[in-house]
Amino acid sequence: MGSLTLKNICKTFGKVEVLHNIDLEVEDGEFVVFVGPSGCGKSTLLRIIAGLEDATSGDVIIGGERVNHLPPSKRGIAMVFQTYALYPHLTVKKNMSLGLKQAGESSAVIEERVARAARMLELEPYLDRRPAELSGGQRQRVAIGRAVVREPKLFLFDEPLSNLDAALRVNTRIEIADLHRRLGTSIVYVTHDQVEAMTLADKIVVLQDGYVEQVGAPMQLYNDPDNIFVAGFIGSPAMNFLDARLLDMPPDVRTIGLRPEAISLGDDGPIAGKISHLEHLGADTNVYVHVDDKLVTVRLFGQHDYEVGAAVRLCFSPGSVFRFDEQGKRIR
Amino acid sequence: MQRVRHNLLNRALAHAALITYTIIALFPVVIILINSFKTRKAIFRHPLQPPTPDTFSLIGYETVLKQGDYLHYFQNSLIVTVGSLFFILLFGAMAAFALSEYRFKGNTLMGLYLAIGIMIPIRLGTVAILQFMVAAHLVNTLTALILVYTAQGLPLAIFILSEFMRQVSADLKDAGRIDGLSEYRIFFRLVLPLVRPALATVAVFNMIPIWNDLWFPLILAPGEETKTLTLGSQVFIGQFVTDWNAVLSGLSLAILPVMILYVIFSRQLIRGITSGAVK
Repeated sequence: MGSLTLKNICKTFGKVEVLHNIDLEVEDGEFVVFVGPSGCGKSTLLRIIAGLEDATSGDVIIGGERVNHLPPSKRGIAMVFQTYALYPHLTVKKNMSLGLKQAGESSAVIEERVARAARMLELEPYLDRRPAELSGGQRQRVAIGRAVVREPKLFLFDEPLSNLDAALRVNTRIEIADLHRRLGTSIVYVTHDQVEAMTLADKIVVLQDGYVEQVGAPMQLYNDPDNIFVAGFIGSPAMNFLDARLLDMPPDVRTIGLRPEAISLGDDGPIAGKISHLEHLGADTNVYVHVDDKLVTVRLFGQHDYEVGAAVRLCFSPGSVFRFDEQGKRIR
Repeated sequence: MQRVRHNLLNRALAHAALITYTIIALFPVVIILINSFKTRKAIFRHPLQPPTPDTFSLIGYETVLKQGDYLHYFQNSLIVTVGSLFFILLFGAMAAFALSEYRFKGNTLMGLYLAIGIMIPIRLGTVAILQFMVAAHLVNTLTALILVYTAQGLPLAIFILSEFMRQVSADLKDAGRIDGLSEYRIFFRLVLPLVRPALATVAVFNMIPIWNDLWFPLILAPGEETKTLTLGSQVFIGQFVTDWNAVLSGLSLAILPVMILYVIFSRQLIRGITSGAVK
């Protein structure tokens, strides 16, 4: 029995259908990430799981219990929001204990759980401060602490790192991964950033326009995408897509995909192009090559120097070419 | 250097404009105040002169406090104003919360309907209101006034407050729901404290017209028991003789409570007006 099951979830706002027949299974202790461009319905799906939004049809089952008609506080979930959403007039301690107090826990239990969460998140020095007196990273830790003390069956994270700066984002990402290892509770995590999805998830759910495009482990999606959308969304820099006529391909193949890291530059590759720009990153060098009117990204490891405008050929092994049909489906 | 001097000039001009406006705005108030402390003769001979030892007199205040039940009028005004403000803020905030927070059929229409009251003066309905109050046996009660003023203040209150409530973070309300707070607690404990500046703005905008109103007290509650301050002061204005000392003293006294309430609200008011303009 998994900790979360979604059965045939549909959601419409007025006449607009934003989620189409979503089925999903989250196993106990699994870290699942919903990823997709903005407007793909991932946040709506999370809000339906939380009970902040009603599904138009379908069932939400948490810990084996159908929770469609339960309010959010009775579903055994805890949620962390993008904007932290701390109660501005309460201290850190009261922010963390409010939910338990509402649930009617005894003050001894509340004290104990808040103290444990504060120790785990290194929030002990700040317990008597108000949110306005904390930095962004500390606020996000308080928000996580508020979720942890509820000891839920399922954690929900709604883009928790989007409001943090780049350095803090990496740190907090590691903290969340660490938290998941220690608590072992299932997590559903929403983000539009595929790097977060790749680094955190046991299982990624790629959404687009309210449809699930593919579900799988990060490496499975990277190595074996089902369609052109998933292939382009997962991986950074993104996959290059070229007209299939550049290569000798069967007639049903319309588009070919090449990962930037699968290409090298040489004199005898199958595709010719002209270097238009170079990016030196130290460990890698990104070379942008004009092929017809398309820009192809080539990621070379180590430091390389080329002249802009030089004619080159793209070299890659035939096995690294992804092939897609007219509808964007992968041809394996 | 050039820049600094330019800034100084700008600031001087801005201050000059503000000081001029302040003088114009305060002039009538100051005239009333200084004349209320003068003898009747001095009021008419030198209306702009401050009271001197020769012309100083408290006769106006003595008349006011002796004649009529001035303290009682005061109390009536205070009850009506505070009572109306309380209901305007309570019901206005509740309606605004519903309009800004919940999706339901006819939400926009309901908002428009409630806003129509801003454009149509309630005095147009005076006759109907009077008939209604007679039928409900509410004539000559303070309740009648509080009801009318609440109705009068609600449209603008709802309009202003719903705008402010839309700005309250949706995540915060959702966090409250996940923590198991009821909708009422979310409203009273999370949302209301965050829109306090807007509440103060609405309170001040409503307070002064209610305190100064003569129309409805005259029509709905002219009895001695329910007279408000503004209505009570009218006894000194006769058709042929007007006791100016008493009128000016009465008006001076009437300013006080509004001033006190304004000072209480003003810090919030300034925040309410400038929020949005300055982040």
